[in-house]
This record gives sequence, structure tokens and C-alpha cells, in this order.
Amino acid sequence: MFNASLKEIAAALGARKISSVDLTEQFLDRIGRLNGDLNAFITVDRAKSLAQAREADARIARGDAAPLTGIPIAHKDIFCARGWLTSCGSKMLSNFVSPYDAHVIEQFNRAGAVILGKTNMDEFAMGSSNETSFYGPVKNPWDRAFVPGGSSGGSACAIAARLAPGATGTDTGGSIRQPAALSGITGLKPTYGRVSRYGMVAFASSLDQGGAMGKSAEDVALLLNVMAGFDARDSTSLERSPEDFAGALAQPWAGAAAEQPLAGLRIGVAREHFGAGLAADVAEAVRGALAEFERLGASRVDIELPRSELSVPAYYVIAPAEASSNLSRFDGVRYGYRAPEYRDLLDMYCKTRAQGFGAEVKRRILIGTYVLSHGYYDAYYLKAQRIRRLIAEDFARAFSRCDLIMGPTSPTVAFPLGSKVSDPVQMYLNDIYTIPPNLAGLPAMSLPCGFGAGNLPVGLHVVGDYFSEARMLKVAHHFQRATDWHLRAPKGI
Amino acid sequence: MEWETVIGLEVHAQLSTASKIFSGASTQFGAPPNAQACAVDIALPGVLPVANRGAVERAIRFGLAVNGMSAHNINRRSVFARKNYFYPDLPKGYQISQYELPVVLGGTINIVLRDGEKAVRLTRAHLEEDAGKSLHEDFHGMSGIDLNRAGTPLLEIVSEPDMRSAEEAVAYARALHSLVRWIDICDGNMQEGSFRCDANVSVRPKGAQALGTRREIKNLNSFRFLQQAIEFEARWQIETIQDGGTIVQATVLFDPDTGETRAMRTKEDAHDYRYFPDPDLPPLVVTEATIAEIRASMPELPEQRRRRYMSEFGLSAYDAALLTADRELGEHFEEVVRHSLKEGEPLAGADFKLCANWVINEVSAKLNEENLPAAKAGVGGDTLGHILRRLREGAINAKTAKDLFSEFWSEARESAYARRGGDPRRVDALIESRGLKQMSDEGALEAIVDQVLGANAKSVEEYRSGKQKAFNALIGQAMKATGGKGNPARISEILRRKLAS
Amino acid sequence: MPLSLDEVKRIAYLARIEISESEALRTQGQLNDIFGLIERMQAVDTSAVEPMTHAQGRALRLREDGVTESDQKSLFQSVAPQVEEGLYLVPKVIE
Repeated sequence: MFNASLKEIAAALGARKISSVDLTEQFLDRIGRLNGDLNAFITVDRAKSLAQAREADARIARGDAAPLTGIPIAHKDIFCARGWLTSCGSKMLSNFVSPYDAHVIEQFNRAGAVILGKTNMDEFAMGSSNETSFYGPVKNPWDRAFVPGGSSGGSACAIAARLAPGATGTDTGGSIRQPAALSGITGLKPTYGRVSRYGMVAFASSLDQGGAMGKSAEDVALLLNVMAGFDARDSTSLERSPEDFAGALAQPWAGAAAEQPLAGLRIGVAREHFGAGLAADVAEAVRGALAEFERLGASRVDIELPRSELSVPAYYVIAPAEASSNLSRFDGVRYGYRAPEYRDLLDMYCKTRAQGFGAEVKRRILIGTYVLSHGYYDAYYLKAQRIRRLIAEDFARAFSRCDLIMGPTSPTVAFPLGSKVSDPVQMYLNDIYTIPPNLAGLPAMSLPCGFGAGNLPVGLHVVGDYFSEARMLKVAHHFQRATDWHLRAPKGI
Repeated sequence: MEWETVIGLEVHAQLSTASKIFSGASTQFGAPPNAQACAVDIALPGVLPVANRGAVERAIRFGLAVNGMSAHNINRRSVFARKNYFYPDLPKGYQISQYELPVVLGGTINIVLRDGEKAVRLTRAHLEEDAGKSLHEDFHGMSGIDLNRAGTPLLEIVSEPDMRSAEEAVAYARALHSLVRWIDICDGNMQEGSFRCDANVSVRPKGAQALGTRREIKNLNSFRFLQQAIEFEARWQIETIQDGGTIVQATVLFDPDTGETRAMRTKEDAHDYRYFPDPDLPPLVVTEATIAEIRASMPELPEQRRRRYMSEFGLSAYDAALLTADRELGEHFEEVVRHSLKEGEPLAGADFKLCANWVINEVSAKLNEENLPAAKAGVGGDTLGHILRRLREGAINAKTAKDLFSEFWSEARESAYARRGGDPRRVDALIESRGLKQMSDEGALEAIVDQVLGANAKSVEEYRSGKQKAFNALIGQAMKATGGKGNPARISEILRRKLAS
Repeated sequence: MPLSLDEVKRIAYLARIEISESEALRTQGQLNDIFGLIERMQAVDTSAVEPMTHAQGRALRLREDGVTESDQKSLFQSVAPQVEEGLYLVPKVIE
């Protein structure tokens, strides 16, 4: 079952070949065996998971199962789940048992899915290597001396190591796609507003978006079907009629025939994505994937995204600015960590926050505080917001000429643990390809497209126009029908 | 040197919504601590704000009301920003407040003073959320935080520095207080903090153009304190300057016990609130359709009503202002006018001045005495109007009218104002049954006057030696002799005639 | 424009994060590296561009006024560091 697709698992559950309880126990046992080394999960709770599994089995027996009923799903520890520790990878919330459910958790509960556990992550989703977690780094299952990517590194690792059949993640500047690429799985960040942010601990509110991580585009589509949807409790949630992202995956691109299912698809390729800084092994794998798409009938269009190089500087103003404010609520008053000793109120605040936050989080709070402070707002914050618009306009122009944009997800394959922790700027530049869609609010995904140095996975980055998730998944699905990169599993797993 | 005080007010009016501005928790006053602080109000990780239509509509009502119903001062697009600072009663570490683009920009409040009218310009009015409360009772040396008030909708109404005395500031605050209740956006309960004033006060030599350095007096929750605080503060500033000192910009608190203002403990950091647009809340867009709908639901405004009372009813500006100080009082007055009309008499024939005097002197006085809203007046407008009708018809005299009014009011008081006292039919029934009908019969009155003159030779002598007071005493005696029912005008005339002969 | 050590301390204070002298020094270096990256923004003229504050140019959705929340104090306060008589306790607040 560990290598099975969600569809196959659902079929097995439906045919009563396996119960949800058995399935959940198998995954829990596997986590028990492997997690000590991989550190993908912060929390598992056998009793809670099995209680949900039993309910799911009863529901299946009643005959009113939904597609994911009984399937255990791992959730990034950024999603509040009632009764579960929701730490966000931080000491600050290391004692926070959430009193409520995030919208995403409610949706999975409603679908009858089982919460398998809460996955490790960079602290407050700030990081690209999963090394900033209070709970220690996650290891890359392809080579445990390497990072899995971040911030949703625990979820990516759990999928790659077959510790979970599906997982949730969140993506502010690449936090689903970069670990998906580095860990060799498929991950999608939807259009901003598709997935409710209610109950998702905020990092940078105008960029944060929940999304799905799985072994294949098909699995991701099934997960997205559950996650997406309007939620009145999030003022940025989009009111759109429900969509079935999985229903039409196998159908060819509009007007194409079965033998060339992607005929008519125009793939935009930007010169800027293949410039200096892109490792040769990654470039080669991505070019290979583009050739495969051409074999499937797609055509290539050269596009320009001239301002994309400004996305990293703009992002490192906007995201810390919003984060500095979002993280002000962690003050030791109503929940979470409070410093054990302090002189007075001010000292309580300062010590609680100094002790409760890790180095990277503090660094970003300081950047954000500075760029919003008196006298710097215009030069930094407003400037970054203006560049943000230019970047969104670049995409709008590009999408007048192509249907999807493809390129590398990350400039390199996974890097060794510890190799970039002391150099924030190098770490930040990892996100150069993944940041622009967040700034514009566009959907984007990463899918496995080969292997580079050290036999580490390479991810193909696919960016779509607003609300084009179904088309993106269809295109990815056809690629995955023609290739087997996504079926490869790490050795010894 | 003559000094001039310059005052601008910032008023926080709590909007009368059922739920909070960004959450579905109740705004009701007086709940047990934190019972009305929901996940959003206590800022649990991951929660998000959703704006309350009721709060937005109330802000628009206010904007229309201070701009003669024109919507030119309503920003079609306004922005909620975050004001960042740490305080235990501020759960998110930021307050959501409109900053650069408020929902209302500009407007006017007209105030009426004894010596004329004055227009006070409004700078802006913006929506924001209230903070919680720190309770300083001692919990082993710690403070307790109650977040029930956190997230309560406020409209912060900022005036230009257009006021020149404490009286003007109080008149402005009263006019604003009346207006927000008039248009149903705030209950105006000052004890519960629903209407709080901050006063920016500075002084300058009379005739100077430049403004002096201002100090802001925070959280004045009664008109009396507002008056006292401004008076003290202005005097203190003038004395400080005269003594060679300078005014340093500061936030000060008013101590009602000493009647003095004192500077607050200065925060160690210069405030740097790091305002920026709240990414959780897209811009607030107000459509023409929304404005039209709200405009259609608005009552006649105090200003319009005041002008109508002056032009149609011929009332003085001062009386008109008193009668429009609150919406129900004006409605009560108009009911009195309608019922004071004689059979078939058109509205234009009414004695507006008489009705106004009764409402201002009798009804208002009793309402104030009993601390009641006009809607709870002990005697209904129909009843009082009917009494005044009988008075105008000459059926009763003013004293009888007052006696009836007082008697009816006492009945209402006995019911704790659950019921009104009297009714028009009982007015007539009592006049009949108690024989209260005014004595206007010439012969009978002459006989009574003769009798009074005979029995009060001393007063007659005094009157003749020039003491006017003695005349009043004689009238009093004559009225007494009629059992209070005599027509005072007739008695006076007869008396005057007889004394002259 | 490089951040001075005093500025680093000032923003740490604004953000209510205690910072030692040595941390401030180390942080100063890192922040200046990061601002070196951020300063690249200044190369492009954006004077005619409207700032983009939200990912979607939508208007605020409004909720109907009504009470939808009930008292969950005991649940919420079960995760609080210090409470008494329904109040969150903090070191004395002085005005």
C-alpha cells in the first residue's frame, strides 16, 4: 500500500480489501520505524488517528464514503487541529494544543480522512531547508546528509519516504514546491484565495497559500478537491463554484487527440529561468522534460519575465514586513511560551520573544520591523509593493502568449545539511524561481522530472494563470503518464 | 496679554452593532471577563478578521449626516491598516484601524451657543477596533486582562482645531453625542465608555496665526470633566508660558478628584506604529447603491429639523437647538404642537412658542431631574398637547394646566415610568369633575376683587405709594379667592381699573 | 544604507526581542548582507507604479452583523500561561 496512489487506496478501502484502521496502523508503524531518523513528523497520536480510522470504517460500511474517506493524511504543523499540538516548528508554540480546527482540517475531517500526524517544518514556515525547526532538521530520504527543502520539508519527506499517502503544505515563497522538487514529489500551490487561510498560522498573509503534496498530479488533484473552497472566515477566500480538479485529468488538451494529448498547449519558457545560477544538472533535466512535453504535442514559446530577478529583494521586504506584524501576537500572554523569569511586563515580552523564537524568525522580524519603521516605509515597503505589481504585470503579459510557464523549481538539487545555514542570502536565493508566483498570487506546482548530481531529484516548475489549476494538473498528469520520474522511490525506503 | 485657547476633539464613538467589528462575538456590556472574547478576539494563531457590515453602514450614516446628506465625503475606497504596538490589552500586537484612507473625510458639525452659531469642521472619521481592558486590582502584584471589549467597533471622529473655549468644546461634544444617537449608530452611554473624548488643547496670544504646542487630554467620559479638564489645562498652559516655561507635547490624564491634568508616564520608546495596509482585509469599497440605500433609511437630521423649527415655527435659534438636542424630544414637541390645535385649526395657527416653552421648561426639566430619555416622558405629547389646547381655548388657566401636568407626571413616576400619566380624555374629565374651568365671568370676578380690596387695605395703600409688589400680592389674593381658577388676565385688568378709580 | 548597531537595538526593542551586545553585532552583519540584496530594488524606477498590497484586486467582503460566537473561555484559557478569575494575568501594567 505504501506505493499505491490515493485512487488505488480508496479502491482497496471501498472493496474492503483493507480497513482504514489497518491502513492507518501500517503507516503509523512505518513512521515509528523511520521517523527517528528522518524526523518528518513532529507529532503522531496513535489513539486519535485510530479513532478517526474507526469512524471512517463505519462510514465506508454505511456506504457513504467520499473519495478520501479512511485515508490517512499528514498535515503540516502550521494547520491548527483541535486537540493536536500545533507548534509551527517553534518553541513559541511548543505547548500549544489548538482549541480549534483550521478550515483545511475541517475539510479533511468532513471528507472522512484520517489525521496521520503533524509534519515538521521550518519555524513559522521561514526557511528553505527545514533546518530552522525547533524540532530539528528533516532529512532528505534520497540522501540523509542532504536537506529535504523547506519550509514544508516534513510533508515532502513523508511523501517521498512513503510515510504518508498524501500531505498538506503551505507556500509563501516556494515552501511547497521547493521541498517537492528537492524530495522528488509533486506539490501544488493554488491561486491565492483558493484554500482558506483560516486556522493556518500566518507567516506573510498576502502570500501564504495552503496546498497539496503527493506522489503524483492525480493525488494532488484529489487532495486539492478536499482543501479548496470558499470560507467566509477568510476575507481573502475566493467565492467560486466548486471545481473537480481530478475529474478530467485523463482527457487530452482541448482539441488534441489521444496520441498527442497536449497538442495545442503553448508552454512559455523564460530566458531568465536558465541564466547564471542555474546548475547544469538541473538545467539538463528540465530541458529533458520540455522535450518530453513537445513529444506530447506541446509547443514552446519564448517569453520574458524581465523583473523576475527583483522578486527576491521585493519578497524579502514584503514577507518579513507582514511576518513582523503577524508574529506580534506571540507575547506570552494568552497561549504559548512565556519566559520563566522576568522583571516586569516589558522584560516578559522581550525575554519571551527572545527565547521563544529561533534565529531565522528573529532575523525576519527585525527586517520587517525595520522596513516598516518611520522613515523607511516608502523606500522599502512601498517600493517592494510597486515591484510586486511589475512582476504580476510581467506574468499577465506572458500569459497573453502562452498557457503555462515551465522552468526549474530550484536552481540546484538538494544541498547538504548545514551548508547554507550561516549564509541567509544564499539560502534566500534558493527561492528565486518560486517567489514570483506568490507575489502575483498565481498557481504553481513542481513535479519530478529527473535526477541530478548525487542522484538527487530535480523538479519542474509549472506556473499557470489565475484559476488554471485543473489545466496545470491535467498537463502534469499527461507528463506523468508518459514518464516514471514520479514513481521512483528513494533506495532503502 | 490676552490669550486664546485652541481645541480640537477626537471622539471615540462605540458603534451599536450586535457583534464585533471583525468577529461574531457579542458586544454587550457587562459580561463576565473574557466570556465575549472569541478566538479572533484573543488572536489565536491562524484566526482572521471578517468585517461587519453593520459597522460600515453606521460609519456611512455618520458621513452622510455630517455632510448634509451628500456623499462627497465618503471615500469610495478606504483601507484598513495595522497599527503595531505591544500592550497586554491588544491581543494581536496591532490594532486594525483606518489610517491613510479613512471611510469619512470631512464634514461639519454646527453648534449653537447663546451668542450665535458656529460650524466646527471635521477632519475625518474612521473605523477601528477597540482594545481590551487591563484591570489593576492586585492579583499578587499582577494585572488582569479582560478582552471582552477587544474588537468592539469604534468610529473615531476627529475635528479640526476649531473650538476656542471649553464651552464650545462641550457644545461640540454634546452636538456630536446627540447626532450619533439621533442617527442610531451609538447608544451614547458615557458611563459604559460608548462615547469617549480626547481633547487636544493649545494656547496662543490672541490674534496669533500659528498654533501653540498642544497637549492631548485622554479619555474624558463626561461633559463636565471635558469642561473642567480643558479649563484647567488652558489655564495651566497660560501660566506655564507666563512663568517663562514652554509647553512640551504630551499626553495627559485628567483626575476628576483634584480637577487637574497630569502628564502620563512617558513611554520609553518614541511611538513608531509601523502602519501598513492589513493584508488580511482587502480595501473597503462603498458603492453608489449602498450609499443610496443608506441615505433612504436616514431620519430627518437635527440640523434640518432645527432650521425647520426656525423657519416654519418661528422659534429662536436657541429654542430650536434645545428641542433638537435629541431626536425623541423633538418628536415629542411636534406631537404636543399637533394636539394643541383647536378644532379645525391649521398647523400654522399653532402657538409654537407656547408649546416650545412647555417642552423646554416643564418636560425637559422633569426629564433631567429624573434622568430619563424623552421617549420615557411621564406625560405623553398627546396629553400635554390637549392640556395646552384647553389652555389656549381659555377653558383653563396656566396654573391649572401645570397642576394637571404635574399630577399626571406623578402618576407615571409611581409606575416607575412603565406607563404614561393621564390621557386627553382624562384632561377633560378632570376639568369637568373638579370644576377646574377657568372663571372668566366679569360680574363674579368683580365681586371677588372688591372683596379682596376691602380686606387688604394695607396692600392697597402700599400700591398707591408706588410699590408694584403690592399689586402682585393683590392678584395672588384674588386668584386664591377663585380657588386658583380665575382668569389671571381678567383679574389683573379689573384690579387695575378699580385701583385707578 | 548600512544599519548601525543602535538601529539594530532600536528595532529589536520595537519588536520586543531581547538582544545582547554580541547578538546585536552578529545580527548587524547579517542584516546588512540581506539589505545588500534588498537594495537591488532601488535600480528600477517605480514612481509611476501603484503599490500592490493584495494578491487579488478584490473588494472587502462584509459579514452581516450578528452574534455567532458563544463563550469558550474555559477551552481557550486551558492553554494560557497564567489566568485567574477568568482574566489573563500579566506583570503589572503601569500607565
